[in-house]
Amino acid sequence: MNLVARDLVLSFETSCDETSVAVIENGNKILSNIVATQIKSHQRFGGVVPEVASRHHIEQITGCIEDALRDADVTYDDLTSVAVTYGPGLVGALLIGVTAAKAVAWAHNLPLVPVNHLAGHIYAARLVEPIEFPAMALVVSGGHTELVYMPEEDKFEIIGETRDDAAGEAYDKIGRVLGINYPAGKPVDELAHQGKDTFKFPRAMDSDDNFDFSFSGLKSAFINTVHHADQIHEELSREDLAASFQQAVVDVLADKTQRALKEFPVKQLILAGGVAANKGLRERLTKEIASFKDTKLELVPLSLCGDNAAMIGAAGEMLYRHGARADATLNADPGLEFEWLADEAK
Amino acid sequence: MKILAIDTSNKPLSVAVMDNDQLLAQTTLTTHRKHAEFLMPVIEDLVKKADLTPTDLDRVVVADGPGSYTGIRMAVTAAKTIANTLGIELVTVSSLLNLALNVQRADVLINPIFDGRNQNMFTGLYRWNHGTIETVIEDQHISLGKWLPAISDYEQPILIIGDTASFEDDMRNVLHSRLLTANPLMGIPSAALLGQYGLAKSPVEDVDAVVPRYLRLTKAEADWKKLHPNEDTHNYVEKV
Ligand SMILES: Nc1ncnc2c1ncn2[C@@H]1O[C@H](COP(=O)(O)OP(=O)(O)OP(=O)(O)O)[C@@H](O)[C@H]1O
Ligand SMILES: [Mg+2]
Repeated sequence: MNLVARDLVLSFETSCDETSVAVIENGNKILSNIVATQIKSHQRFGGVVPEVASRHHIEQITGCIEDALRDADVTYDDLTSVAVTYGPGLVGALLIGVTAAKAVAWAHNLPLVPVNHLAGHIYAARLVEPIEFPAMALVVSGGHTELVYMPEEDKFEIIGETRDDAAGEAYDKIGRVLGINYPAGKPVDELAHQGKDTFKFPRAMDSDDNFDFSFSGLKSAFINTVHHADQIHEELSREDLAASFQQAVVDVLADKTQRALKEFPVKQLILAGGVAANKGLRERLTKEIASFKDTKLELVPLSLCGDNAAMIGAAGEMLYRHGARADATLNADPGLEFEWLADEAK
Repeated sequence: MKILAIDTSNKPLSVAVMDNDQLLAQTTLTTHRKHAEFLMPVIEDLVKKADLTPTDLDRVVVADGPGSYTGIRMAVTAAKTIANTLGIELVTVSSLLNLALNVQRADVLINPIFDGRNQNMFTGLYRWNHGTIETVIEDQHISLGKWLPAISDYEQPILIIGDTASFEDDMRNVLHSRLLTANPLMGIPSAALLGQYGLAKSPVEDVDAVVPRYLRLTKAEADWKKLHPNEDTHNYVEKV
């Protein structure tokens, strides 16, 4: 007989262009993490087409459940709970995961735990090492760029966010100008490492007294530079363009994060989200954290930066312990957001 | 055999629980298009009211389209996941055929219609033959202008049901007295009839492969296909 009961979460993630189902043990161990990515399909269109994404999710969903259970070598009887991303994301995509998770929870009489996708990105860190609180997370992804303060494990408070484009979105847009198909983040990152910051693009809001970001000015400056050069038939170095763009992004992210750490001393800084895979950003934060003696940097491993259900299970186990439950009426919430830090607490 | 039958193809939602062809419980709602919120609670409630538990079910029958893309996805996602997770059978039935089941008469051709916007329709043509319903013209997404010539040569009267309002006048101009209309309640799907019909059908072999019967590519895919007529459209999704 197994004396120590295992907590097993079956988790679902379908917020964008990945269909993913995972089994997580005790909130921090991946028993399986099946990710079916649609990138190849959407590359035909240069970006994610929502109706196409929904159609792919429904093709994949039950096959992913079977694979996740088989790889984890568990049955429904072993499970403790079912966790699912219910927002933010594309509504039609979210609904496939939400409906499937509700069906599984009902069929096997399991509790259903609703998970915020961004809480998932942050909790991916837990799959490597326990998170220590208070903690700060820099969440940088395709749709979000925000600094999230976590006084306790189930409290997520925004202290700053992008006022326009998300960092990943900016990468994808300037990537297009360089002739790089979506998702452009990784190739631009690689190009950047072969060039130098020669263009000195603007660092928007860098010296403002807040923790907010803006990337649309940088994006426009980049596009204008390239278009102007095209008009006068001047060839610019793609490597230097990428390096200059990346340096501007990394500077602003690192500066604001440092300022946030000064105002909110924390035990851990977590770098999470798709753009957390960025080599330049990882290197820079690793360097900067040295001056914060009491703060450890937790870089979400590359394999868990993009969307996956393992991170949803990691957050789901924590939320389950705090009593988060959904019933069969659970709907997708495409615009779901964390609360801002309450003013009086500032 | 205990059957769960689901149709959320358009605005109405209809769910039934059957014991073979006996109806145990049924709910049909036409008030909201909130299938994401209502479908699973209705299923939960009906199975309970039928004094069953999920594991008592033997088969799921789903109207898999055509219809509203989100609507047919809700029904098909719920149906294929329930079938897969409980290890039970899944039967898929055309949503247009399910509507045609409301008209149990052999003297007409039954023409169920879902509005496809801009004078387009999702439609097909059905008839009863010695107690079984038969397809006369396959379900398709078609403009009214093309559908009319396709159905105008039949001798039998044509009875339209479903989203008939925006098509009826134009159809009467061509079909005259051969066009029949029905009680609007016949335009609302019945999950009990769906379950009964699904009882006699053979289940799908591969539940994982079931997808809704959209009958239409997305605009992005249609445009892309025009530019790449010979490209293999499989294997766009990869497990990594
Ligand atoms: N090495 C990299 N450098 C910069 N950006 C990257 C890198 N790798 C991936 N990205 C970017 O990460 C984004 C995808 O991240 P993710 O999958 O978390 O976003 P999302 O799920 O679409 O959005 P969100 O999580 O905000 O809902 C893309 O914009 C991609 O270009
Ligand atoms: Mg994401």
